[in-house]
Amino acid sequence: MKKLPLLTLGLLSSSLLLSGCSFDPIKIEPWVQPYERQNMADPIMSANRDPVASSYLHHVYQAREGAKGAEGGGGGGCGCN
Amino acid sequence: MAVAVTNKITKTMLRKFILLALISLNLSSQAAVLPEDRADIMYHRYEGGGVTIDGPSLLIRKDFASTVSVSANYYVDSVSSASIDVETSGASRYSEERTEYSLTADYLYDKAILSAGYTNSEENDYQADTYYFGVSQDFFGDLTTITLGYSRGDDTVMQNGNDLFKDQLDRQNYRFGISQIATANLIVNVNYEVVTEEGYLNNPYRSYRYIDPTNPNNTISETEIYPATRTSDAVSLGARYFLPYRAALSGNYRYFSDDWDIKAQTFTLGYTHPIGNDWILDFTYRFYQQDNAFFYSDLHDFQSVDSKDFRARDKELSEFSNQTFGIGVSYQFQLGNSEIFDKSSINLQYDFIQFDYDNFRDIRNSSTPGDEPLYSFDANVLRLFFSIWY
Repeated sequence: MKKLPLLTLGLLSSSLLLSGCSFDPIKIEPWVQPYERQNMADPIMSANRDPVASSYLHHVYQAREGAKGAEGGGGGGCGCN
Repeated sequence: MAVAVTNKITKTMLRKFILLALISLNLSSQAAVLPEDRADIMYHRYEGGGVTIDGPSLLIRKDFASTVSVSANYYVDSVSSASIDVETSGASRYSEERTEYSLTADYLYDKAILSAGYTNSEENDYQADTYYFGVSQDFFGDLTTITLGYSRGDDTVMQNGNDLFKDQLDRQNYRFGISQIATANLIVNVNYEVVTEEGYLNNPYRSYRYIDPTNPNNTISETEIYPATRTSDAVSLGARYFLPYRAALSGNYRYFSDDWDIKAQTFTLGYTHPIGNDWILDFTYRFYQQDNAFFYSDLHDFQSVDSKDFRARDKELSEFSNQTFGIGVSYQFQLGNSEIFDKSSINLQYDFIQFDYDNFRDIRNSSTPGDEPLYSFDANVLRLFFSIWY
């Protein structure tokens, strides 16, 4: 029984694959066309414009806070005594 | 018993993760894009609470045949510390260095990006090796990106001045993320991460204090006693919006909880404002708040009776909040031959962080136990870096 949610997810994924990422009877198409994405391509819209700088700030917080995760990045030591 | 339960949970999660990765790879998609070729050299500095940490970071990324992108990072923390924890332990200011090397590879395969990485961190009393694997895929006309990641860390904890002490820590992270282009100007994302840790989770230099049973005006200090396992969940929701006059507004909320009863919330707001084609200004505000771990107390009533009677007085496990005010300036220019270098930039980012502790007391000025003032401090964080794209 525990495998049921994963099985459902697998079937849903397969149906998406077979239908070319569309749902019947209401067909959903990508609603932002490639030629409408010039603003998305602007560097100021990047969530991680400078990885060297953002990974450092994550490290600053991780060493001093109890919470961690869901912010991207790898891992490593502490340096936090 | 706890170890066996954790192993079982870990194996179940790993199975689910692999299945999700395979499902994700099956989804039909548009082409993904490898990260840009660039090199960054940064000087970083943290100063606050009697601690100064600075050093360089060098990050280089290069693609090969437009299918593999490799990056290497060299990072150093030079620590000089006389923090409140050092002072109250009776030690004097100490200096040490942490060096970190990372290597990552991203492989563009059948319209997905497969990533793998390795990080090694070394300091005289702590060693950490981390292995990372991830997969990212665009689909639904490139409007949706799903990311899955798994990392495993093997740490060795040591203690200066005690050659007999050496212990292990095993870390595992499971990450899942979706980003969705919602409109031509709005992108939203959800990230979820589970972290399991097992082994020596204490800081061997920290101690807890309890009331002296023979004299209530006195306290006794002992080495902290932590649980040997920790499992946490974090979920974040973020959005970034392109404003009509070419600027970006971003917001992020994260909720964290773990089986040590720590619950934390993080709010982040950002505003990015370009001036002409060459300058970019960044403004950020971040607020963080957490509750204390169930075994934390600034002043415990009694001494621990056994290894399951946990005790901590680590301020990172206390109830506290902090606020960050950040500003960044970036100037982009053309360096040398434009046929070799696409562009370059010089960047300065400054963050001011205020920490306010709600149940961690400053016991440096002796007073009646439990009546000492609450601790707080400010930190200045600086990042100065030069970047070049080629």
